[in-house]
Amino acid sequence: MRAYFETFKRYKYLLINLITKDVKLKYRRSVLGIFWSVLNPLLMMIVISAVFSNIFRVNIDNFPIYYLTGSTLFNMFSETTNYSMMSVLEAKSLIKKVHIPKYIFPLEKCMFGFVNFLFSMIAVAFMYIIFGYPIYWTILLFPVPVIYTLIFSIGLGLILSALSVFFRDIVHLYSVLLTAWTYFTPIMYPYDILNDKIKLIMHLNPMFHYVKYFRDVLMYKTIPNLETNLICISISVGTLIFGLLFFKSKQDKFILYI
Amino acid sequence: MDFCFLKVNRINLFFIFEVKGEILGNAIEVKNVEMHFNMSKEKVDNLKEYFIKLYKRQLMYEDFIALDKVSVDIKKGEVFGIIGRNGSGKSTLLKAISGILKPTSGTIKVYGAVAPLIELGAGFDLDLTARENIFLNGSVLGFSNKMIHEKFAEIVEFSELGEFLDVPVKNYSSGMVARIGFAVATMVKPDILIVDEILSVGDFLFQQKCERRINDLMQGGTTVLIVSHMLEQIRRLCNRVMWLDKGKTKMIGETESVCNAYESCV
Ligand SMILES: Nc1ncnc2c1ncn2[C@@H]1O[C@H](COP(=O)(O)OP(=O)(O)OP(=O)(O)O)[C@@H](O)[C@H]1O
Ligand SMILES: [Mg+2]
Repeated sequence: MRAYFETFKRYKYLLINLITKDVKLKYRRSVLGIFWSVLNPLLMMIVISAVFSNIFRVNIDNFPIYYLTGSTLFNMFSETTNYSMMSVLEAKSLIKKVHIPKYIFPLEKCMFGFVNFLFSMIAVAFMYIIFGYPIYWTILLFPVPVIYTLIFSIGLGLILSALSVFFRDIVHLYSVLLTAWTYFTPIMYPYDILNDKIKLIMHLNPMFHYVKYFRDVLMYKTIPNLETNLICISISVGTLIFGLLFFKSKQDKFILYI
Repeated sequence: MDFCFLKVNRINLFFIFEVKGEILGNAIEVKNVEMHFNMSKEKVDNLKEYFIKLYKRQLMYEDFIALDKVSVDIKKGEVFGIIGRNGSGKSTLLKAISGILKPTSGTIKVYGAVAPLIELGAGFDLDLTARENIFLNGSVLGFSNKMIHEKFAEIVEFSELGEFLDVPVKNYSSGMVARIGFAVATMVKPDILIVDEILSVGDFLFQQKCERRINDLMQGGTTVLIVSHMLEQIRRLCNRVMWLDKGKTKMIGETESVCNAYESCV
């Protein structure tokens, strides 16, 4: 364990420099810069709220905030896993040149996604103020579901990044899967409108648990019970362990395919 | 979790061998290394083809042996040259030694920290400027940003890239990329420096400068591995030379005798 931390400490600066590089490149390209990270979810929220509360007449109190909280967390998940998936391929110039622990790359992308998530949380805060939505003390627990989601994303990101080295079309498959996944998570609609069978299946969707947790502490002044926490932890940690093992078993072959 | 067990094991092993290596004075021990590549013409790199081929039972594997039972011990502080025709496996051997490629069989033991492989065109993010690349490459070696800051002036001076420092690397000439590559890799004295053909792209003055730097490092105990097609360079720099031919060791020995044999054969 100590040796593990030693290596990690050794590559701390690499991690920091890679994240800085990504943030710089991302915001160097777009004119609106960081402002865009805040504006984008807000615009999306306006469009979706208009469609769902007026056209489909979805009955949810405070729909804009309901949507925004769900989509912000889900976006973090989809961004981190998407970036991670490409990370090993993108880092090929480094991997071809020097021996470094390769899990650094998907891990870094997850951190980068997390930084972006923090920016879009500004949008959420903004909406709370505009709508004058009550702020409960349970809001302090919001890092918990975020960390669960992040751990799950790192695990999945490790798997995807290893797979994409060998099968490039995973990238397309995953984008289709992500779209389906977005609709299968109660982000734009309430869980209650689902029928009993689908409700049951819904519990197999990790993102359902994390999004619900996130809203519980942010909007509903509810502390999820022990069972919910255990479910969340086992999904996250299980995925992470599986991801690490899978990645480790494949990493020596990366160099032959990139 | 799993990575940590791996690391602990490695360190224990490392320690044992280090003691042995210390006694023998070796920096690198390559024993019976074989490197096989799959050379089948259509490389499957997507799921669709994979399943089609799997179904038709056409998943091909054509074995190609790039390194065939190569063994060599390289002593501490030695400047060791590798020569041979194109495709003889020189770069493959260097990659195996630096830990980038894992050999199919055989063992490689390296005692000390290896600087990143310096070769043409690799290792830099082309969208970033030289300044950003220097920091990125430094942190790949595990240096803190503070440390790189301290060495920054020296690197810039060595590479003579003053006015191009904030230009993206994609706008550089190959010689200029070679310059920062070499400057970054030798920024802090590494135990082992591996140079693949890079010295041949720099201009005459830069080559001289690199050779001086290599000599300095050697005085300080760094082991240097050089691949070059320029035999005069090998003759000037190396203590010993290995001649690879189609993945096999043809000859290992004193610089002069190996170079002469190689010349008379080609
Ligand atoms: N990733 C790879 N996949 C398949 N074959 C490879 C791979 N890397 C190298 N080879 C093969 O291994 C052989 C040795 O290549 P290598 O790059 O080591 O030669 P070299 O001695 O460095 O040649 P040069 O003087 O041209 O640099 C070549 O025939 C090459 O085709
Ligand atoms: Mg070569």
